[in-house]
Amino acid sequence: MTGARIFLQTFLRRDRWMLLGWAAGAVLLYYSQAVSVDGLYTTQAEFDRAAASMEHNAAFIAMAGPARALNSIGGQVTWQASAFGAVVAGLMSMFLVGRHTRAEEESGRDELVRGASVGRYAPMTAALVTSLLANLLLGLLVALSLWSYPLALADSLGLGVGLTLCGWFFTGTALVAAQLTASTRSMYGLCGAAMGLAYALRAVGDIGYPVLSWLSPIGWYQAMHPFSGLRWWPGLLLLVAAAAAIGAAYALFDRRDVGSGLLAARPGPPRAGRGLHGSLGLAWRLQRGSVVGWALGVLFIGLAYGAIGNDVGDLVGDSQTSRDLFAQGGADLLDGFYATACLMLALMACGFAISSALRPRTEENDGRVDSLLATALTRRDWLLGHTSVTVVGTVAVLVGAAVGLGAGYAMVTGEPGTALRLSFPVLQYLPAVLLLSAVARLLYGMSPRAASLAWLPLVLAVVVMFFGDLLRLPQWLQDLSPFEHLALVPAESFRWAPFLGVLGVALLLSVAGQVAFARRDIR
Amino acid sequence: MAGVAHPIEIVGLVKDFGNTRALDSLDLTVEQGQIHGFLGPNGAGKSTTIRILLGMLRADAGEVRLFGADPWRDAAELHRRLAYVPGDVNLWPNLTGGEVIDLLGRLRGGIDERRRAELIERFELDPTKKGRSYSKGNRQKVALVAALASDVELLVLDEPTSGLDPIMESVFEEHVDAFRDTGHTVLLSSHILAEVEELCDRVSIIRAGRTVETGTLGDLRHLTRTSVHAELEQPPVGLDVLPGIHALEVDGTRARFEVDTPELDHALSVLLRFGLRSLTSQPPTLEELFLRHYGDEVPTEPGDEVLDRP
Repeated sequence: MTGARIFLQTFLRRDRWMLLGWAAGAVLLYYSQAVSVDGLYTTQAEFDRAAASMEHNAAFIAMAGPARALNSIGGQVTWQASAFGAVVAGLMSMFLVGRHTRAEEESGRDELVRGASVGRYAPMTAALVTSLLANLLLGLLVALSLWSYPLALADSLGLGVGLTLCGWFFTGTALVAAQLTASTRSMYGLCGAAMGLAYALRAVGDIGYPVLSWLSPIGWYQAMHPFSGLRWWPGLLLLVAAAAAIGAAYALFDRRDVGSGLLAARPGPPRAGRGLHGSLGLAWRLQRGSVVGWALGVLFIGLAYGAIGNDVGDLVGDSQTSRDLFAQGGADLLDGFYATACLMLALMACGFAISSALRPRTEENDGRVDSLLATALTRRDWLLGHTSVTVVGTVAVLVGAAVGLGAGYAMVTGEPGTALRLSFPVLQYLPAVLLLSAVARLLYGMSPRAASLAWLPLVLAVVVMFFGDLLRLPQWLQDLSPFEHLALVPAESFRWAPFLGVLGVALLLSVAGQVAFARRDIR
Repeated sequence: MAGVAHPIEIVGLVKDFGNTRALDSLDLTVEQGQIHGFLGPNGAGKSTTIRILLGMLRADAGEVRLFGADPWRDAAELHRRLAYVPGDVNLWPNLTGGEVIDLLGRLRGGIDERRRAELIERFELDPTKKGRSYSKGNRQKVALVAALASDVELLVLDEPTSGLDPIMESVFEEHVDAFRDTGHTVLLSSHILAEVEELCDRVSIIRAGRTVETGTLGDLRHLTRTSVHAELEQPPVGLDVLPGIHALEVDGTRARFEVDTPELDHALSVLLRFGLRSLTSQPPTLEELFLRHYGDEVPTEPGDEVLDRP
């Protein structure tokens, strides 16, 4: 263990901002549920009605967890936040463990350090303790924030400590995965699969096969029943399982060489397939994972919105402010709600569009462009390949969102016609989403360093959408968001002029980006 | 210089990055059918020159001709005729080496299948590994196989062997030699002098963005000293007044000195007068040439200036 303390200190110092970020995110996740529920319903009768409608929504239960005491703030916080909270703690643990163990070994830095007088287990143990401490911090801050809301102390503590224990369990699985795989990427894949399995087991279990929920660590966490008859013993299950996983990781570590994993790395094809041809083939190969991931992601979020079905009125409550918030001033609450949902999904799609437009920058920064451009490939074609994938991928992501939203609504209500009318409008935001990606392309074309600014327009669009009127932002500033110019379908009727106008501006900016790129030095 | 243009012709090339001048009136001519060594310490401007030559960077001043054309304007067209291996080969983490070789080959407009298979075998490269799991040397092999297996007239190699072990280095040298013997041209940037001595027909040395020396190895040796270690019958006298003698040490009947290569003949004839028992003489290496240009450890004497300002 020689050196473990020094490693621990180094890790904690290196990670301090990241840890605070995760902790802040987790606190926000739990605390914001309390605030939003509190603000939504003015009377208990309203709250009871909403709770009754949620209790019977299988889609909600699959997504969040067993429906208990939903007519109380604590019950709502537990329901809405605990499953996602467990995933957040799991992801944090995975990244912390990965970056200090497998990633270090993969880069060879680990070997450099091991040359010094360092105990065999020191780096691994320091990574373990870092993650354990981080999860402790996460749980305690969540508990404290809820207690200060104010919610009951014991239940707040139960919800927080349960989160910590969940994080410890996933720390253990991450440590095991780090012994099994040879690359950080496949380690993250393995951890993600474990988390997905835990989530899926409890989702199916909560809908009607309770035994499955008892096979999932997230199920154990939720079985602690905070704010609805708190009990501590399921937490013990988490603690024992975490200890077992950590023990297993140390045992596995003894059976392998430093730098290798117990599972052999899978070889790939020795020859390129026919698809890997030209800049489009390469760009697609590099970005297809992200296209599919984003499309599935927004599809699930769309499902969640759609699964609200026609119960919008009950969920939103009677107060005028919450109606205004959801309906964006539209006359019909249902149409207004889904118009807002479409807009939100389109804003999420911007996340894909901008990161995809910035992918060429990653390629350039990582020094992989020279080899390509030293062939007969022109700069224009290289960038066009990535641009094509961005455009096609954006369409795919928006279609995914529309399909999710429509399918969710149709499943719950059995009205496919209405589902189409409410979900199809997501697609009309294509020009605005493309415009934000074109801004990213223009910035990148001018200078890779300037390209980080590409996220600002999205921030502006989000701020304008949620707070534009509240903050009384000047009209010219609001007009900078392309989303402001498009009709809020289905609350308003579709308008061609702004659709084509925004599309034209997007095209112009994109071409300008291409031209700028052709004229500058490659870094 | 009438007739066919040289593959590479650079005159008075200037490139600034912000306030730093990376290239300061650099000249370089590479002739058809030769391996041209491009030498200089890190930061001298080798990679910058190559990247201008490939159209990645725009020249601020000076004349750059690749196959007689403008490498910035006609980049893609010219690139059909050359293959490039960067000094730091970065591969896509999720593409296998075999896929990268094929991809680059296709982008260049075709690959010689037989040579591809032969090179993979000679370099002992596993083409099924993913980019992220290759070592530096193996990443370099991927780029080398892709370059050497394509049908081109010019190889531009930027420190291509810095990660290879000696056995692989000799495989590399063998293939580059064969490439030249078919009448093709190579620009080989390096700071591994043994490699340059082994391979190159001509050498250009640059320092701080300027060409300080250019010529065949023979031309350059002309400007260097040979070190001589002699054992004589009788103690020598009068050696210290000979022209071109440096670092003379006389210890009884033993003499050790360096002599400017043009004066070697004269110095040896003087030694003979004292009866020669044994003689070791070392030809000047590029190493020494290099040190004279960059190192402070070689004492400078009046007359050395000639080397810096030819």
